[in-house]
Amino acid sequence: MSQKTGEPVTVIHDTSVRPFRVEIRDESIVELRRRIAATQWPERETVSDSSQGVQLETIQELARYWATDYDWRTCEVKLNTLSHFITEIDGLDIHFIHARSKHEDALPLVVNHGWPGSIIEQLKIIDRLTDPTAHGGSASDAFDVVVPSMPGYGFSGKPTSTGWGPERMGRAWDELMTRLGYGRYVAQGGDWGAFVVDQMGLQAPRGLLAIHTNMPATVPADVDAALNAGGPPPDGLSDEERRACEQLLRTYKQVEYARYMNARPQTLYGVADSPVGLAAWLLDHNDADGQPARAVVEALDRETSPTGELTRDEVLDNISLYWFTNTGVSASRLYWEYRGGFFNAKGVSIPVAVSVFPSEQYQAPRTWTERAYPNLIHYNQLEKGGHFAAWEQPQLFAEELRAGFRSVR
Amino acid sequence: MAVSTSNDPTAAAVDDGAIRAFRIDVPQEEIDELRQRVRATRWPDKETVSDRSQGVQLAKLKPLVEYWANGYDWRKVEATLNAMPQFITQIDGLDIQFAHIRSPLKDALPLLMTHGWPGSIIELLKVIDPLTNPTVHGGRAEDAFHLVLPTMPGYGFSGKPTSTGWNPARMASAFHELMLRLDYPRYVSQGGDWGAIISELLALQSPEGLLGIHVNMPGTVPPDVLRHLRNFDPSPDELSEREKIAYDRLLHFYRDGFGYAAMMNQSPQTIGYALADSPVGMAAYYYDKFAEWTDSGGEPEKVLTADEMLDAISLYWLTNTGTSSSRSYWEGAQAGGGPFNAFDIPTLPAAVTVFPAEIYRAPRSWGEKAFGNLIYWNEVDQGGHFAAWEQPRLFSEEVRAGFRSLR
Repeated sequence: MSQKTGEPVTVIHDTSVRPFRVEIRDESIVELRRRIAATQWPERETVSDSSQGVQLETIQELARYWATDYDWRTCEVKLNTLSHFITEIDGLDIHFIHARSKHEDALPLVVNHGWPGSIIEQLKIIDRLTDPTAHGGSASDAFDVVVPSMPGYGFSGKPTSTGWGPERMGRAWDELMTRLGYGRYVAQGGDWGAFVVDQMGLQAPRGLLAIHTNMPATVPADVDAALNAGGPPPDGLSDEERRACEQLLRTYKQVEYARYMNARPQTLYGVADSPVGLAAWLLDHNDADGQPARAVVEALDRETSPTGELTRDEVLDNISLYWFTNTGVSASRLYWEYRGGFFNAKGVSIPVAVSVFPSEQYQAPRTWTERAYPNLIHYNQLEKGGHFAAWEQPQLFAEELRAGFRSVR
Repeated sequence: MAVSTSNDPTAAAVDDGAIRAFRIDVPQEEIDELRQRVRATRWPDKETVSDRSQGVQLAKLKPLVEYWANGYDWRKVEATLNAMPQFITQIDGLDIQFAHIRSPLKDALPLLMTHGWPGSIIELLKVIDPLTNPTVHGGRAEDAFHLVLPTMPGYGFSGKPTSTGWNPARMASAFHELMLRLDYPRYVSQGGDWGAIISELLALQSPEGLLGIHVNMPGTVPPDVLRHLRNFDPSPDELSEREKIAYDRLLHFYRDGFGYAAMMNQSPQTIGYALADSPVGMAAYYYDKFAEWTDSGGEPEKVLTADEMLDAISLYWLTNTGTSSSRSYWEGAQAGGGPFNAFDIPTLPAAVTVFPAEIYRAPRSWGEKAFGNLIYWNEVDQGGHFAAWEQPRLFSEEVRAGFRSLR
């Protein structure tokens, strides 16, 4: 309806796919450094560990490096070796990386990041997926990889109205894959990406063959209700299931940042205005081994990794991406949008592949996984890796996707 | 980020019980720095809703902050604070800052009045004269009080604890010690928010000399009701209609309004970096509660002036107490309990005023169970969580009435 005349208007949706280059201006980098150097600090925590949050010494050291020797351009060059695009879907600009394999019959795959993540988490798996023979795999396991930024994250547009929850994102990704000419494809996700692919599984669009999740939602309803009330878990569980309950109870105590963003994402003006404020906020995500996640804490001491493990630069690449795109608050709004459960079984009946990494929030037992995903085509428990599985263990992660999706090619 | 005071920092190392005069004198560079930072604010995009349901709206915060940078004058409230007797004394190893205003009237009752979060002495300024000088404000000489207004550890100009353990019970003991040090062997205690919890803990400790308490945020929720709330159950059938109203408000709070507390209970240091580095980040954090908790339908400008709100926020900013005050929640969480839990105070006299826009409107039935010696209970029709700040006249009348029988 035209606002001016009240007459019906034909809305023409722009479905063009426009190339995009990452080009952060020099002034933005200078400004970031200036702000970090001008940080006003609180006093240190009154404990000797991270039980009150990110420790002062940790973040001051990181900030010192971030303001001086850290080089965003290195990351930018890496990003621009890949092909980036923007296309409008459902009224919003969606940014994505599109990496085509040289192999014919490569399986199209859309990979969804989470919070406090971004496309930065997926960078090291792209080549391993599109070019498997260069990374210990076979040509028959090749993928075409599409890595979008979620609405309100990275280079995607920031929604100006409500409604962009995981369900809508799932539909958008189906539209994206269709627009790219993929009549059959698979979808992968962890963290929010896991919620999105579960929704895609429920929507079951025609082109979606299967999903893979590294943070599966498997908790049975009665257990979920008990755990949400603070426990104890019901009787009659196996050891593995009881252990999962303990892990979930611990996680529920640690996700207060999620509760805050669920209630008050807009009040977080500080994460738009203060780089260190933003960095601390993004760092304080937990995994099974601690809060901040142990993999991230260890990464802060790691300058390089020949085996692809997480480094300090990568952690700052991710935080810098949030900073330059000013998506600290818009990303938080996703928690406000979605009021569903995180880990409860959703009722997905399409084929599902599951990888259980040891330091994920909880290790989903096979029993629960089989019940939650009755069409379970792959289940594997890994020896290494945590919540940011693709980021921490790209080789293992790529191997899991190859194995997980092999049967649907 | 130092704040100049008249006390010698080296003297603070010795817990000699001395009471030192205190003057607030914020260096001009810090005020200039604040203004400059506010002007250089990098803003997020606007909320995707047309109300407060995602937090502080951009269009509400911008004008307040604009005034903060360009018209607001900290020196006014600084002068107001310095015009009353201000002191610092070391108790239990920490500097406790307080105002001590004696009534000109004889037989005034000594009153310890404690602020909460995100409060400070600022919210109590308008009740100082009505309580110490009642006859000038339509009250009776017999209802006069001597006032002791301490600042909680980690807040305002009090010291910031450097080790754990400064939980509300310890603060209560310290404030009792303060009253003794000021030569008040008999006194009463008043508070809202943390001030209410501290008063209730004092009542539990029942030190000699404490005659009674008055609270405007009473802890009355019975344990069985708490269990239901923890499960997010709908209101239990056995509750009366009045109790159900209270239950529903509590449920709403625990379900939708608890995020700030959960965050500070868990990771005060994490949220603290933004509070220390971004004035607008801090302003939003506190303004959020001015909007939510005042009796104003979400428009705190209806009951508080911009100057008042900025006075309160500036005090946190200029003392860099965003993080340390958040840490008091962590300490509270370690100690257990909850903000509205019934304490079970059997004999110490307790007076309660229920303001309508408080986080929950305590029903008398719960109050009578929680306070075995309930000497005063009144529900008024105006005012919210910041009762003294929003309704100074009504608040003063309530405090006078509440304590009248103890004189």
